[in-house]
Amino acid sequence: MEHSVKEVTFHHEPGGDEFVKKVIKTTVLLSVITIIELGLGLLMYAVPMASALVLFIKGVIVILSLAKAFYIVGVFMHLGEELKNLIMTIVLPLLLFVWFIAAFLYEGNSWKNLRNTYKGTPAVTAPAEQHVEGKH
Amino acid sequence: MSTAHAQMETKWWSGGKSPFNVEYGKLMMWYFLMSDAFTFGAFLISYGTIRFSQNYWPDPNEVFNAFPLAGHANLPLAFVSLMTFILIVSSVTMVLAVHAGHKNDKQGVIKWMIWTVIGGIAFLSCQAWEWTHLITGDHSVLINGEIKQMGTTVSMNPWGPAANVSGVDGGHVTTPGPVAFGGYFFGITGFHGFHVLSGVGINIVMLIMAINGTFERKGHYWMIEKAGLYWHFVDLVWVFVFLCFYLI
Repeated sequence: MEHSVKEVTFHHEPGGDEFVKKVIKTTVLLSVITIIELGLGLLMYAVPMASALVLFIKGVIVILSLAKAFYIVGVFMHLGEELKNLIMTIVLPLLLFVWFIAAFLYEGNSWKNLRNTYKGTPAVTAPAEQHVEGKH
Repeated sequence: MSTAHAQMETKWWSGGKSPFNVEYGKLMMWYFLMSDAFTFGAFLISYGTIRFSQNYWPDPNEVFNAFPLAGHANLPLAFVSLMTFILIVSSVTMVLAVHAGHKNDKQGVIKWMIWTVIGGIAFLSCQAWEWTHLITGDHSVLINGEIKQMGTTVSMNPWGPAANVSGVDGGHVTTPGPVAFGGYFFGITGFHGFHVLSGVGINIVMLIMAINGTFERKGHYWMIEKAGLYWHFVDLVWVFVFLCFYLI
């Protein structure tokens, strides 16, 4: 195939019916994962359970969503078929999210704890503060 | 496969070649999508931070339990599941449009692009209904000892902890919930919805260009591929919006 661009590019094979089969398989997979996620979500709603178990189920749902993202990017967006260097320029920066999520959720949790243990504004001078402490 | 063999043998950085073996526009689309991922990520992480800082957060199963024409039936997450499936299916029809483009199959591209546009419009219509229902659906809320009616907006959140009063009209009375809930919900799903809207616009332009034979004259359907990347990204973002607002 002749291209208008001067640079040499190697085109991906269209794939034919084999690719359509892969798309259908991926669609079924995405739907099944979504149904499992919904089932888990409704399970948490319908059945009273320990908060540790709820946290565990939520973790499972997050991992299932990441699997969905992987299939969408890999199969539908064909990122897996690109050169490794190209994949890395997109995937490596996204690793910043690991720190973003950890740091900010920790921060949010810290706000909650600080607010919950907050006992009012401390008085300006030291003797007055002792007075306030004495009242408790 | 010959392509794979050629890729192994090639010195990509020796000049005269595209070092990433993609066309400029497609590469830039990928980088735009990466930056957009950070924008959405920042919004969602901000939402997560505020949610972690609250002692109480509304249960999505209680907030999103309505379905059009189903009256007051309690159907948690049913409607949003429908929206999710609509978006997944429209993503699939887009893949098939791109695939038809690879084969220079004009009729195939037109057919699948029409379905993709329909899917996008269906999703937006669902979202419009969902927003309308949330904003206009009144709930009994106890404020300063008085029971008031309020909907869910960026400044009002009726989905707080249950109030200790004998129910008025047998209804379920709550206290106001964290105000940030509505702001984040409408802000982030709105930002996503705006992406869907622009995606539908782009897809309509692609459809018209395909019908007019613009791509046929160019000899390739690369534009469909780039529009497809954007459309899949919209679906990808929805996976995480769905996760953060409805599932957990």
